Amino acid sequence: MRIEAERISKHFGDFTALDNVSLEVPEGGLTALLGPSGSGKSTLLRIIAGLEEPDDGVVRIADEDVTRRRPQDRSIGFVFQHYAAFAHMSVFENVAFGLKIRKRKPAETRARVQELLALVGLTQWAGQQPHQLSGGQRQRMALARALAVEPQVLLLDEPFGALDANVRAELRRWLRRLHDEQGVTTVLVTHDQEEAMEVADTIAVMNKGAIEQVGAPRDVYDKPATDFVMGFLGPVSKIDGRLVRPHDVTVSVVPLDGAVEAMVKRVVHLGFEVRIELELSGGEPARAQLTRAQSDELELSPGDVVYVRLPAGSLSAAGAAAPHRPINA
Amino acid sequence: MGREMVVSRRATLSLRLVALLYLTLLLLAPLVIVFWRTFEYGVGTAWAFMTTPAAVSAFWLSILIAAIAVPLNTIFGVGAALVLARGTTPRVGKGVLDALIDLPFIVSPVIAGLALLLVYGQGGWFGNVFLNNGIRIIYAVPGMVIATVFVSLPFVVREVTPVLREVGDEQEEAAATLGASSWQTFWRVTLPTIRWGLAYGVVLTTARALGEIGAVLVVSSNVAGSTLTLPLLLYQRDDQIGTQVTTSVYALATELAVISVAVLLLMTMFGSRREDAR
Repeated sequence: MRIEAERISKHFGDFTALDNVSLEVPEGGLTALLGPSGSGKSTLLRIIAGLEEPDDGVVRIADEDVTRRRPQDRSIGFVFQHYAAFAHMSVFENVAFGLKIRKRKPAETRARVQELLALVGLTQWAGQQPHQLSGGQRQRMALARALAVEPQVLLLDEPFGALDANVRAELRRWLRRLHDEQGVTTVLVTHDQEEAMEVADTIAVMNKGAIEQVGAPRDVYDKPATDFVMGFLGPVSKIDGRLVRPHDVTVSVVPLDGAVEAMVKRVVHLGFEVRIELELSGGEPARAQLTRAQSDELELSPGDVVYVRLPAGSLSAAGAAAPHRPINA
Repeated sequence: MGREMVVSRRATLSLRLVALLYLTLLLLAPLVIVFWRTFEYGVGTAWAFMTTPAAVSAFWLSILIAAIAVPLNTIFGVGAALVLARGTTPRVGKGVLDALIDLPFIVSPVIAGLALLLVYGQGGWFGNVFLNNGIRIIYAVPGMVIATVFVSLPFVVREVTPVLREVGDEQEEAAATLGASSWQTFWRVTLPTIRWGLAYGVVLTTARALGEIGAVLVVSSNVAGSTLTLPLLLYQRDDQIGTQVTTSVYALATELAVISVAVLLLMTMFGSRREDAR
């Protein structure tokens, strides 16, 4: 079901967590709220869930105003970063919780729980306690628990944030597959841009309590609306006063039109790619990324003087009308 | 390095010995002596002292008072712990509540008893209201119940609050998102989570309710057979002198200790059965 958050504001004491934020999640979509910690992404998710109350603004789920509704009346599924497993219940009882609350018939409950446990691959763990499961298994249990009651929307708050890198990658793919099969409108909060790019079909980039840009993963990467979005979605270099992705930089050993002089500080081989760390004539650092073939042809080594050029089309975000923001590249 | 190990091991051993000796002298030895003196003239004699009309009446009064005070303080304690650890009450309000809850620990029980006398006694704030309606609070059982509730109030709050804080509210939030009402969340998630802290709090409350003398003494009329609890009867008997009386005192002390230990064992068994059922 469609989710709309309209002009949401939220303060915690003096801190402005959300400042007049609006977001629309289309039905059946998987939208990622992407941003650094403190950007307000989790607060926005918790307001959609009803776990926080906004100071101002309206939340609609399936075109119904749910702003003043308690979480239990919103038909949502919520998954927490630290699983929030019911420690005193078995895996089966955890998944059955919402169905028991809804007073479903025991046989119906059992069938539905078994179906979900099979879906998340925990069938033989049904009788175990949550503390006997690995982190990844616990989170899959939490997902099954949230899906058991057939929520209209699924809200995930940094669901893979507490897991190892390889488990995280596996669960990402699994979540995407699950979403394609089940089609539940999903909002995922993450600070990991790779996770957002891989899983979501829409990314809302958040910073300091505001949404900077909403778009398809490719669009926010290729056409960032602000310097912040550009910097948050991938590595950037500042050359000639413009922000540029290191792989868009042309490096040459002979002078080129419109190129800037730089000195090679370090050549780092990263498998297929080679990262050239540079120092510009003004002393500021910059970075270029080449393929191995390009690098081999140039035969660069530290101390060499090179000429770097930005591609004509690659206007940085700063070139757009957006106000300039300081950036940590 | 090996030398250090030996030294530190010796230090550990002597520390253990000191701790053991300390506990033996202060806790175990007195209890053993009480037990031994109780049965000095045989089990029959001890049993006879425990079953005199005064002792039986005192036993039931102690049980009655505990049976009222413990549930009251359990309900209040869990409620107060929820307010302290979860509630949206402003910090100042929580601070005041927090401080008030410790009052029974800070104030001497005798002073608590005297305060009750001033409030509910003849000429006290509410005393005449009750007396005019034929309800006697001071020098009667109601006053003894109030005094017991007062002195045993903090235990459940103090055991449950840290557990609630440590566990956090994620499980409760999860229950809410799964459709549970506040009441269902409390019974199905919060209560099972705090059960160990709660059980321990209840044990401490019960022990205190059964054992209290100071506060109860002030508001009791101290008449054997009607307003003497087991500890009060014991205290009164102890004032008199003689071998027989002394044995009766030991018998009552043993009875009191056995009841308290029985409560502890019951709660532990209850807790471990819940644990096994998981």
